[in-house]
This record gives sequence, C-alpha cells and structure tokens, in this order.
Amino acid sequence: MPIEVLMPALSPTMTEGKLARWLKREGEVVRAGDVIAEIETDKATMEVEAVDEGVMGRLLFAEGTEGIAVNTPIAVLVQNGEAIPQTARPATVAARPVPVVAAIAQPAATTQPAPPALERRPDRPPAEAAHGETATLTVREALRDAMAEEMRRDEHVFLMGEEVAEYQGAYKVSQGLLEEFGARRVIDTPITEHGFAGLGVGAAMAGLKPIVEFMTFNFAMQAMDQIINSAAKTHYMSGGQMTCPIVFRGPNGAAARVAAQHSQCYASWYAHCPGLIVIAPYSAADAKGLLKSAIRSQNPVIFLENEILYGQSFEVPTAADFTVPIGRAKLLRPGRDVTITAFSLMCRAALEAAAELATQGIEAEVIDLRTLRPLDVETIVESVKRTNRLVTVEEGWPYAGIGAEIAAQMMTHAFDYLDAPVIRVASADVPMPYAANLEKLVVPQPAYIVAAVKALLHRN
Amino acid sequence: MVRSAAAGIAAIATAKTKSRDKSKAGRIALPAASVLLGYYRDMLLIRRFEEKAGQMYGMGLIGGFCHLYIGQEAVVVGMQAALGAQDAVITGYRDHGHMLATGMEAPGVMAELTGRRGGYSKGKGGSMHMFSRAKNFYGGHGIVAAQVPLGTGIAFAQKYQEIAAVSVTYFGDGAANQGQVYESFNMAALWKLPVVYVIENNKYGMGTSVDRAAAGRELYRRGMAYGIPGHRVDGMDVLAVREAAGKAVEHARAGKGPVILEMETYRYRGHSMSDPAKYRSRDEVNKMRSERDPIDHLRELILGHRVASEAALKEIDRAVKEIVTEAAEFAQNSPEPDLSELYSDVLVDA
Repeated sequence: MPIEVLMPALSPTMTEGKLARWLKREGEVVRAGDVIAEIETDKATMEVEAVDEGVMGRLLFAEGTEGIAVNTPIAVLVQNGEAIPQTARPATVAARPVPVVAAIAQPAATTQPAPPALERRPDRPPAEAAHGETATLTVREALRDAMAEEMRRDEHVFLMGEEVAEYQGAYKVSQGLLEEFGARRVIDTPITEHGFAGLGVGAAMAGLKPIVEFMTFNFAMQAMDQIINSAAKTHYMSGGQMTCPIVFRGPNGAAARVAAQHSQCYASWYAHCPGLIVIAPYSAADAKGLLKSAIRSQNPVIFLENEILYGQSFEVPTAADFTVPIGRAKLLRPGRDVTITAFSLMCRAALEAAAELATQGIEAEVIDLRTLRPLDVETIVESVKRTNRLVTVEEGWPYAGIGAEIAAQMMTHAFDYLDAPVIRVASADVPMPYAANLEKLVVPQPAYIVAAVKALLHRN
Repeated sequence: MVRSAAAGIAAIATAKTKSRDKSKAGRIALPAASVLLGYYRDMLLIRRFEEKAGQMYGMGLIGGFCHLYIGQEAVVVGMQAALGAQDAVITGYRDHGHMLATGMEAPGVMAELTGRRGGYSKGKGGSMHMFSRAKNFYGGHGIVAAQVPLGTGIAFAQKYQEIAAVSVTYFGDGAANQGQVYESFNMAALWKLPVVYVIENNKYGMGTSVDRAAAGRELYRRGMAYGIPGHRVDGMDVLAVREAAGKAVEHARAGKGPVILEMETYRYRGHSMSDPAKYRSRDEVNKMRSERDPIDHLRELILGHRVASEAALKEIDRAVKEIVTEAAEFAQNSPEPDLSELYSDVLVDA
C-alpha cells in the first residue's frame, strides 16, 4: 500500500515549514532512517528521516515551497512493483487541509477548575486531644524521643545526616540514637547535601522511611533540586504510582549573630511547592507529636525546627500513642480584639506581645499555624470572623512570604469580616546583618508586633 | 523479555565478530539461539518503537520534549540480560528504551508519550517521567544527573533491607560532569552499595561533544579516586555489553560495592526531536549507522552462524511491527486524562 510522508513537526511550536531540498528523487529506494528531505523553519534547518521503507513514488512539492503546514502529505512511498498513485500535486499549499490530530472529545476548559474547596471536613481531626499525663521536656529531647519511638515502631525508619551519629548531632538532637539503633540506622554522612538528600529520596522511593537531617536548612539549598524535583513531584508525575515518604528536618531561621548565609527562614520557599508538607512547630509537645506524624506520613515532609527553641522546656504528653495531626493550627491564646498568626519561634514573640497588649486592655488571639502546607485556613478564618483584624508574624522576608499568602487567603475567605487591612510583621527585607544592633532591627521583636497591633486598632 | 544471562549460555559457536576485532569482547561464546533471537527482538522493538514515536511527534501527537534512543539499543538490552526481576533500573530523560527493556508494555509507554490516561503515569508524566513498580523501574528523570543519587539511594535501600539486588543507574556523558555524580560515587564506595553505574557515552551532551566537555576522555576512570572499578565497553555490541554487565552485576551483588561501565555508543537522532544536529556531520552519523549498527551487527551474527534463517528474522520483524502498530493505535485511542485528575496524586491521602 502506498504510504504518505507527512510534513513533520520538529519542535513543540512548529506549525509550518519550507521544503528546502529533496535528498531522494522519484524512483530511488528508501530505507528507514534515510534522510529524504531538508525542511526549514524560522529557527533551523532540519532533516526529515524516513520511517518506512519503499521506493520514492512521488514528490508532492517542489524544492523551495514555503509555508507547508504540518501534517500535509509531502511525498508518497510505494513498495516495489506497486503502481504509483496518481495523486494530483496540490496546486497551492493551502489546497490540502491539515488533518486535525489528537482530537479527543472533551469540552475545552474556559475556566481553571478550583482546587478542592475550603470546607469543614466532618472527619477533620481535632487540633488538640486530651493525652493525659505530661512530662517536662525540651524541644531537643522531644524531637529525639519522637525519632526513637518511630524507629522502634518501624524498622524502615532510619536517620542520616552530618554528625548525627558519633558526634550525637551538631545540636545534640540525635543524642543516644546511635547507641540504641546502631550504625545501620543512624548514619553519619559526608558533607554532601545534594548527594545525601538525593540518596534519601531514592531510598524512600525504594521502600524505606528516611529522616534526613540538615545541619541547618541553610545548607539544604544545595539539595533543593532533589527536594523539589525528585521528592515533591514524583508522586504526581508517576500518576500516583511512586511514593516518597521522607522527612527533611533541621534548624531553620535566624539563630544569633551568624549573619546572612546562616540566618534565613525557608518556610515560604517550601510552602510554595505542591507535593510537600511543611511543618514548623513551636512547643516541645507539637515538635514530638508532629514529627511522629511526619515520619508516619507517606509524603515528603519539610520539618522546620529552630535552634533557639531546642533548649526550651514544655509539657509533653507521655502517652505512647501521642501524635499531633498535620494540617491543624492551634489556638495558643484566646482574644477578641485582633488575631495574630505565628509559627515556630515567632509564637513566643507573639505570646509576649499579647501579654503586653493585655496590660493595655487589648485582647489578642494568638494562633500557632504549626503546619504551613497544607495551611489551616479554616482556623484563621474562624478567628478573624470573631476579631475582624489580623496581624501575621514570621521570621522570613515579607515579599511573597507566608503572611502574604495568609493575606490573600483572607481576601478570598474572610473579606467581609475584615475591618482593617491585614498587617504583616516579618523580617526586614535585607540579608541578615552581623552587627547586634542591626540584627535586632531585622528579626521581629514583641515590641514590633505590639506596635503593629496598636496601629491596626488606631490605639496609641 | 529474556532476563537471565546464565540460562542462555550454551555455546554453540565462538563468534569472531566482523569489525569487532578491536573490542575486548572479540571472542564471546554465543548464547543459545532463543536468547540471541530474544536480544534481536528486544533491540528491534526499541528501534521500531522510537521510529514510530518520532513519526507521531512529527504528526503533533506527542508534545514537548522527545528524546529518542535509536542507535543505543544494545546498551539496555545487554544490561537487562544480566539482571533479575528483583534488580532495579533508573535513568534520565532518554528513557523509552530502558522501559521497554525492563518489560514495560509498549502501549502504556506510547500512551504516556501522547499524554493519555492509558499511559504509565496516567498522562501526567510524559516522555521523561514514567515508572513501574512491578518492573522495578524507577524513572524517567528530567534533571540531568538527578537520577544518580536516586539510584544510589535505591542501592542503599537494597542493602539496608538485605535484598540480594542491585541498582543499575544509567546516565550520559553529559551528566558525568555534574557534581552530584561524584557525591554519589563517594557514598556508594564508602558504604559499598550494590550499584552499577552505566555511563551511556553517546559522544554528545546535547550539542557539545565529549571532547569539548570532559577533561579526560576516559569516563570509566572517573571513579578511580573512590576506588570504584571502571570498564569501557563496546556499547554497540549486545554480547559485549552482556558480558560486562554480568561481571559488574556479580561484583555489586557480592557486596563488593559499585562498578562503573562506560558504554561507547551513539545516538543517530538529534538530542531531542527539535535538534537540527548541526554539531556533527551527516557522514559521521552515516558511518556509525552503516558500520556499527547494533541491530545489523546481531542480525549478521545470527545469519552468519546460522542461528536462525532470514525467514525467522522476518517473522520477528513482523511481530515487532505489530506490537508497535498496536501501541500507536492504543496511544491515539486512549482518552486524555479526566479533568478530575488535575488535583489528584499531589499528596498521598492520609
């Protein structure tokens, strides 16, 4: 049967081209892979290779013809001894309509489908459940206990990172884990963030549950490609076939006097990306309960800790089954006049600000976001419906930050309840300076939050 | 798919192969007829599949980037011959051949290329992002060299779980210059991970020749500083590949750590479909095609040693063509993903 050779598309955007030159003449034998023609587009000259074998029966366009639409027949191949079909040479290029390809009957979308709606899910777990007895633990101890409990529970869980084993952790978070679980499951890595992050992601795809510790999240920028392109996207790109249950954890944000390259909050960087869960706990109880939930999750989780909080003590439930649900914010302090959202160390600043405001007769409600993706928008909206005012606090830069996202969410979901614009208290929009006096101007202080709230309420 | 190397070795002849005398594998015991014909069929399937994919791209049925494997078929077929079902494979974006070699079905691969729901990733991954848990194929990765730490991690998991499996981690001569490759080499050697790194040196990283990109042409020696043994292999000879693969896989499986195999191969087509390939001459391509083609070579071997008749090979050609035709039809008839798929598979539901 004669085979039509079509004008090929040679790039994702090509719609037509010029037939520059024929390399096979009528009557010549054609083998698969032979170059039969050269075509020119606005970008390049390309060669057209034969896919089928036969004899060049007929060339349908003369060399130099311009504007031949993709998918227009340009030549006819015949098999040996076969008659050449008397296809009329098209008089003009436009004479042959371009066949419609890939037409699958589905309505063309005129609007983007909305993401799953913000609705109260009946199965939504409570933000706080009663867990009985508590013990006083530092955040550091709580994190260590969470890892140890999950490692006892699941043989697939292991910890890797720089100095996590023999050194007992750069910030002593993994103290004692090597002793209990051995070098097979508590693994010192070379200083090779991109490499060991990728290795962890591969191990997760292959069935393990890695906890990858970054000495600080500042160093995780070296591993960003593996975190986003490999960990976050693979479940979607594989149509749900592959999973990547991995936890990346370590201190995030400014410590003290370590300057620009070691003082950055990455919350909004990671929260930007679908496919990731981003957690940033404040209290030791939440650190423990959320880290346990993170390790049990089938998804890649970014777990942002804070160096200054490591030594802070909190009451932590002692129950063996204690976990905290991912995706639920927590009310730290009720109040009727204004809502303040914060996460991680900034919760402390927000609580101090609220205490100060209370002495001035202003009752601030403080919400610890705890999870930044998925964000518990519902809890913020419920609060704003009561207080009608919102101040967001974060250690990251304001531009395209978590506060900017919350402000946009409130425009969508709480516009009618707002009596004033949402105000952001965030890092000054500069790299972190080293000098102590300048540093203090960068990181949000309780006084800055107090000032922002009072400005919002027109109280001086 | 023929998987077992050992099962097939019943030397019926010793092949002194035409124009392969320089190759270290100049004298290799010929495998059984059924095995040789299996390799022929597997390589031909990849070739015909890719030609069809190129044609469908030209018709606008396949979008975006499409990197064809034509010319390199002996590498994956030879490597796969040394693997068992428990072994894992991971590669970069030029991945169609690897998928077919691991036994993934041609219709599912082609339907992914056309972005349809019958594709391996339900149409959401495309040419560069396909996976098969059942076949231990871990993708299909679009960022050059990102699969190298991932493949090393798969080997880590194999060792951690004490599975006697290896991770075959493919990358190209271009990827061989990425830093994460050496971060991976270091950890794999340090922890004696069962990984076989296969560098498919097809001479060009997109439009830049190896000579212009790599200090030191001997990519197989790039693991020397880490104590990783490396070998250069004639990647246009499926039997030479199989021989090298067998030894490398055995080494890794025995707990002796990683191995590097540099496959000297060649891609006939451009880097992607939209590559005019002006960085090399047509003569160079034609010379490789006419003198070094891996399928022609095996075909000559089969006929020369009377392993099978011309008619038997014709029958294989016909069967392969049928598979590819069916795959192309399936890929065009399978519907596009349902619109509800847009928001699914972002996260695993708790």
